[in-house]
Amino acid sequence: MSDLVAHQFDDLDQQTEAGTLGMWTFLATEVLFFGGMICGYCVYRHLYFPAWHQGSLVVDNFTFLGISSGAWNTAVLLTSSLTVALGVRAAKLGQNRFLSQMLVITLLLGIAFLGIKAAEYTHEYHEGVMPGPNVFHPDMDISADLSRAAASSGKSNIDLRREFQLFWVFYFFMTGVHALHMFIGIGLFTYLLIEARRGCFTPKKHAPVEIMGLYWHFVDLVWIFLFPLLYLVR
Amino acid sequence: MASIPYIPEYQVRETYLNARYSIASWLLTKDHKRIAVLYILSITLFFIIGGSAAVIMRLQLLTPHSSLVEAETYNKLFTLHGIVMVFFFLVPSIPATLGNFLVPLMIGARDLAFPKLNLASWYLFILGGSLALTALILGGVDTGWTFYTPYSSTFSNTNVIFAICGVFIAGFSSIFTGLNFIVTIHKMRCPGMTWFRLPLFIWSMYATSIIFVLATPVLAITLALVALERILGVGIFDPNLGGDPILFQHLFWFYSHPAVYIMILPGMGVISELIPAYSRKRPFGYAFIAMASLAIAILGFLVWAHHMFVAGISIYGGLVFSILSFLVAIPSGVKVFNWTATLYKGSIALDTPMLYALGFIGLFTIGGLTGLFLATLGIDMHVHDTYFVIAHFHYIMVGGAVMAYMGGLHFWWPKITGKLYPERWGRLAAVILFIGFNLTFFPQFILGYLGMPRRYYAYAPEFQVYNVMSTAGATILALGYVLPLIYLLGSLRWGKDAGSNPFKAAGLEWQTTSPPPPDNFDQTPIAGEPYNYHEMDFANV
Amino acid sequence: MDSPFKLFPPQAAEQSAQVDHLTLFLIAVSVSFMLVIFAAIIYFAVKYRRRSDNERPPQISGSIALEITWTIIPLLLTMVMFAWGAKVFVAAHHPPDDAMEIFVIGKQWMWKVQHLEGRREINMLHVPLGRPVKVILTSQDVIHDFAIPAFRIKQDVLPGMYTTEWFVPSQLGEFHLFCDQYCGAKHAEMIGTVVVCTPAEYERWLAGDLSAVPPAIAGKKVFTLYGCNTCHGQYAPTLAGLYGRPVDLIDEHGNHRTVIADESYLRESILYPNLKLVTGYPNRMPSYKSTLSEEQLLDVIEYIKSLSGAAQTAPYLGPPLGPATQPSNAEPKIENPPFANYRTNQ
Repeated sequence: MSDLVAHQFDDLDQQTEAGTLGMWTFLATEVLFFGGMICGYCVYRHLYFPAWHQGSLVVDNFTFLGISSGAWNTAVLLTSSLTVALGVRAAKLGQNRFLSQMLVITLLLGIAFLGIKAAEYTHEYHEGVMPGPNVFHPDMDISADLSRAAASSGKSNIDLRREFQLFWVFYFFMTGVHALHMFIGIGLFTYLLIEARRGCFTPKKHAPVEIMGLYWHFVDLVWIFLFPLLYLVR
Repeated sequence: MASIPYIPEYQVRETYLNARYSIASWLLTKDHKRIAVLYILSITLFFIIGGSAAVIMRLQLLTPHSSLVEAETYNKLFTLHGIVMVFFFLVPSIPATLGNFLVPLMIGARDLAFPKLNLASWYLFILGGSLALTALILGGVDTGWTFYTPYSSTFSNTNVIFAICGVFIAGFSSIFTGLNFIVTIHKMRCPGMTWFRLPLFIWSMYATSIIFVLATPVLAITLALVALERILGVGIFDPNLGGDPILFQHLFWFYSHPAVYIMILPGMGVISELIPAYSRKRPFGYAFIAMASLAIAILGFLVWAHHMFVAGISIYGGLVFSILSFLVAIPSGVKVFNWTATLYKGSIALDTPMLYALGFIGLFTIGGLTGLFLATLGIDMHVHDTYFVIAHFHYIMVGGAVMAYMGGLHFWWPKITGKLYPERWGRLAAVILFIGFNLTFFPQFILGYLGMPRRYYAYAPEFQVYNVMSTAGATILALGYVLPLIYLLGSLRWGKDAGSNPFKAAGLEWQTTSPPPPDNFDQTPIAGEPYNYHEMDFANV
Repeated sequence: MDSPFKLFPPQAAEQSAQVDHLTLFLIAVSVSFMLVIFAAIIYFAVKYRRRSDNERPPQISGSIALEITWTIIPLLLTMVMFAWGAKVFVAAHHPPDDAMEIFVIGKQWMWKVQHLEGRREINMLHVPLGRPVKVILTSQDVIHDFAIPAFRIKQDVLPGMYTTEWFVPSQLGEFHLFCDQYCGAKHAEMIGTVVVCTPAEYERWLAGDLSAVPPAIAGKKVFTLYGCNTCHGQYAPTLAGLYGRPVDLIDEHGNHRTVIADESYLRESILYPNLKLVTGYPNRMPSYKSTLSEEQLLDVIEYIKSLSGAAQTAPYLGPPLGPATQPSNAEPKIENPPFANYRTNQ
């Protein structure tokens, strides 16, 4: 590992502070990034509530052991944030082995999250709700629910199906962008794991763990917003 | 007795330009100064492309029903002009060129906080620009740079997705540049450089970076949704399929209005350096100018729907956004007054950069005042989407931002290249530019009030005389750009060598050599009061 | 006054003068500020020009009093601009309850106007002098904008919802109508004419009365005014040399046929364009059945014939196909407004 402090910085503290501020600034941009999507989502949720309520019911319907996949994912991510926090503390104390263990668990949890998401997407594909020409064929149960919702809200069946499809556009887009961020996080943490296994982190040099930990916490936080918005529309 | 080694005078000093010569040393550089030069070259290329589109458009508009280009071609030309000029010239211009070069120098740092990220920004810019040019080569885009739906999402059959991808990627270039500046300004000021000793250019870079970081992601997401709509054929913004086209406009303008402040704040920062330098006085109302930059950045986020007064929003929405739009004009006025007051009892030299700076104040004032016309609901309902709007924003963007860029480029040219530009040619070009500009764009205010709509390839015959005036002005304006291109390039070969501080200006950047060494300063400077003209001994600087 | 150096469009609506007065106020304020600033700059640049390199200008930091002054005064002036502008705008968006309504549908690239008494027009809007008129707007495809510079008013026209615009015409004459929101290829040709006539003339126009003009020439005017030229020749079959020639087409039963383009064919194509489609062209032509009166129909047919050098002095009087179009005062036809479910913006 070459020089601890990059040449543009005067000392390690400056480097650490710069890195941390940089990550917070980046997270601010991410707030606006997801915020734009969430804003669009909220507008349409308000305008098209009957159809989007149906969408939420379908999303929340996919369960493992009686618990919705969304809830599982929330639990997985919250746990992973715990392991990340423990890992950051380990890095500060120079406990590279414990840090490695926490990183491994975090990675496994992250992969589990993506696995559950993949299962959800597959299930939703089979239910025919993936939006797009030639792909969007909601199955019979869902179509029946839609017709009932159309009847009770006074809109035409066609309108309701269109609004229902729009829910899925937003669902796949928002969770997809979130999943992309998870992939990037897994990549970053794999890098951290490799460094930790080489015993790189010391009480002096632990900043990368803390900074990337911030990123992971943020991605978790975004999920905490997405989950109720998408799964719990009532 | 040891003999003192003889060092010949012609031994070349190491600067950032001659430290290494290979192509790889430029394309893989982490030096903010080299990256700035890379940006100067790239944005000049995009300016030429965007400018060429404008030339063809103005030629088409010489006669009311010209057949120089077909309707669809004209529509693609104004789209190209807008996309290239906004996203690939104006938004990066001063921040990525002068900002990248000067921010570390002005605060006494060796480089930006994240040099590799800085290089990545340039590559993202090039990648985005390449995608946009691919869209052009594949046949163009005809949606206008504003991509209004449902035309862009459902009806247009041109290369919209390529263009969107180009803008999307270039957006990340902006975001990372802004992030870099914010961290650098917060964390890497040299000893003695407190916040209120920062040069005003740094204040405006800081304000601009806040906008970069907060506004650009919203544009990225909005354009991504439009691309998604085109690919999937669903109705996110197309009402025929259940979407809301006004939602698109809100999301789009939420970025694009702050974007115009991205385009002007850096220019104001340059002017805030030029006026003191060429009056040899500290800026009048330094703190007020600094705070005005921040105020513009913040208030600029609150006014987006003044682009939508007749778009179908409620009257109450119109009232709110109108009053806020007037508020955002006040800090700009404060700056103009402070710049003018700085001239009072100064020692004024009308060199090329000062000519550009004074031209900026004049033209920006006109542009800004006509913005008040547009903020006035009762007038906007008449001139919205007419040539009045075009004239307004060109006064600000070209009469303002581009002139500031030219002024700054001339002022810091010796620092960047180590050469002096030819002063007489510089003044001549500045005057030609000023005259050409006014002749091009002032008639457009009249055209707009008469009712000539924007984005028209043909027009009612009674509009012809003003269109002819405008095209005539455009040829003079073009000359005003071609001249500096020639003599600035020529100065690299034939210009006189510049000393550290050829214009005897204050500022840390002038305390190092021209061009600077790779690490900017031989020793970390210690900052004192900025604009310390009262301490300078001009005869011996 | 037909000077090429006009500065203002005609003041043809009651609000036009109000908008112009507001504009003049802003011009006055702007010019005053400009003069003060420009004069100061020029005066300072001359008076304080550098005479020697050793000059030591006084370092003046600033003046809180000046900062406050040049913040408060512009703030007050801009608030006056806001209030006055808001007043004009709000008035321009509150039509009186007794305003007559006219429906307008914008589509790429023409304006279809429907008067409630039944008369339709394309790219023209007849309105009576001195009466409040409310235009109710919607689009069939993309966003357009219905702009009348002489009335100082415009309004975006959106698909899927109604927007409205109102005015009181105050001057007789013909005035520009422009589409003012970019809408695709022929955006610049989506223009028309607003005809302000006296109330009596308006009533006569509603009833279908037209003055006498040679048929082929009158027909050419109708052809241009009703937008036929925006499609025919580019997106629709060219009409030059058409009359008397065979035409390859698909009829209403889906069979390929060839017919000779005679007066009956021309008439049927204008009134029922979907019955016979020229091979290779889509079914996109709107019907002009309720738009053109019998006289106008005959005039247009004469004009089309003249494009093949076959115009006659006497109009064709052969048997019409299908029910003849009656002048629209036979019975008032008030169609249900289209898109009845859509929301409005006010």
